[in-house]
Amino acid sequence: MLAATVRVTRDLDLAEECAQDAYARALQAWERDGVPDRPGAWLTTVARNRALDLLRRETVLRRTLPQLVTEEAVTAGADEERPAVDDDRLRLIFTCCHPALARDAQVALTLRLLCGLSTAEVARAFLVREATMAARITRAKKKIAAARIPYRVPSAEDLPVRVGAVLDVVHLVFTTGHTAPVGERLVRRDLTDGALRLARMLHRLLPGNGDVAGLLALLLLTDARRDTRAAPDGRLVLLADQDRGRWDTGRIAEGTALLTEALSGRPPTRYAVQAAIAAVHAEARTWADTDWVEICGLYDVLRTLWPNPVVDLNRAAAIGMRDGPAAGLAALEPLRDEPALATYGYLSAARADFLRRLGRWDEAESAYEEALALSGNDAERAFLAGRLTEVRANRR
Amino acid sequence: MARYLILIYGDEKQWDAMTPDEWERHGAAHGAFVAAAGPANLGGAQLQPASTATSLRAGDGGPVPTDGPFVETKEVLGGYYLIEAPDLDAAIALASRLPEVAASHSGVEIRPIVERN
Repeated sequence: MLAATVRVTRDLDLAEECAQDAYARALQAWERDGVPDRPGAWLTTVARNRALDLLRRETVLRRTLPQLVTEEAVTAGADEERPAVDDDRLRLIFTCCHPALARDAQVALTLRLLCGLSTAEVARAFLVREATMAARITRAKKKIAAARIPYRVPSAEDLPVRVGAVLDVVHLVFTTGHTAPVGERLVRRDLTDGALRLARMLHRLLPGNGDVAGLLALLLLTDARRDTRAAPDGRLVLLADQDRGRWDTGRIAEGTALLTEALSGRPPTRYAVQAAIAAVHAEARTWADTDWVEICGLYDVLRTLWPNPVVDLNRAAAIGMRDGPAAGLAALEPLRDEPALATYGYLSAARADFLRRLGRWDEAESAYEEALALSGNDAERAFLAGRLTEVRANRR
Repeated sequence: MARYLILIYGDEKQWDAMTPDEWERHGAAHGAFVAAAGPANLGGAQLQPASTATSLRAGDGGPVPTDGPFVETKEVLGGYYLIEAPDLDAAIALASRLPEVAASHSGVEIRPIVERN
């Protein structure tokens, strides 16, 4: 609805205002007359009409023809049956993720305008103050208006570059929700669901794009484990201990099919390889059955496509699973000098786990303490604290 | 339509080190840019080196001229174009044709002009 309204207003702030207004009217009208057959269309029509109304009034006030209102916009407003909502959303996401905007602004705008999060929620997801996030969003909207960042899907020749930024933002939204950086809960479903919806939409509208298929496969295969990642009391459950019988087989099947599509007849992309790793986990009936040789091989491929210290960390952890904790510890060792991982708690957590399995209790204790100090998620902290107690008991 | 100023920045030492052949190719690339831009190109020029710049700032008795560019950096302003384009994507597409975008020591900045009606 917001996306369809932006097409009329060409102004994000005005469109948001009209959308709010439509919701307010719906509350009154629907209570009186009942919910219409197509509530989405009802809201969109009201918001668009309101936008056209405001723009016409503004026109009179300014006594100039606003360039914002195009022929296309006026026709779209008149034709209320036009269902081009998905196209509008696609245009909106390409606008929010335009490469001329900074990455943090791209993510913030996507969460705010496409996932419907409030500014306070976006700020919380990214560990900044609400005022900071509000300023960031305002600055990005100003740039869109002043620099005339267009509201359109890029041309075929620009698409490969532009879609990359969009996919990265959708992935970031998902990972932020998959393990929330702060808060009581491990998973923030509003973020993971929002990312999945966007990925599905992108795949529907760009069906031939292997990168898009790869990302959607990755999100589905990862999300299939969502319900088993935390115990009913909120306690973190490691992949090794998860109840695989409760993994979402529908999502796994859909993700695996998409992965096949993403890999057919073309060189693998970063997201497809990540999805392949998730698929190997999904296929293993038990933790012991996991094909670590395959996973290590996939991490080697991933490293060439997407060189990144976090990939090196995961690869080192997989080596530890394939060749034993001493090998894993050795593979992690060079990463301790990596500045990008200095505050990344998963490095300490991975070291702590290998040290614990080697019975090197003193070192394991300090590694768990380090990991604990770096995590802001309550479920993760509880898990690490449990392990720390266990290690301390062994030391004595 | 909107107007954008394309500011061309680069490392002067690298520009100075270019051979006559390289300058000729560089000049031809600018010719191609101007041809491609057509009426969208509202004007532009190459600037004399930053060492020829004079800066003015307020002083006690009025503006005080000093030697050198306003901000001392390794990458200096070497020239500009003023262009007209329907949106930022069109401006980026046009500016991408400039030879400075292909070299590793230089690049361009695209700044929208404030339009007053």
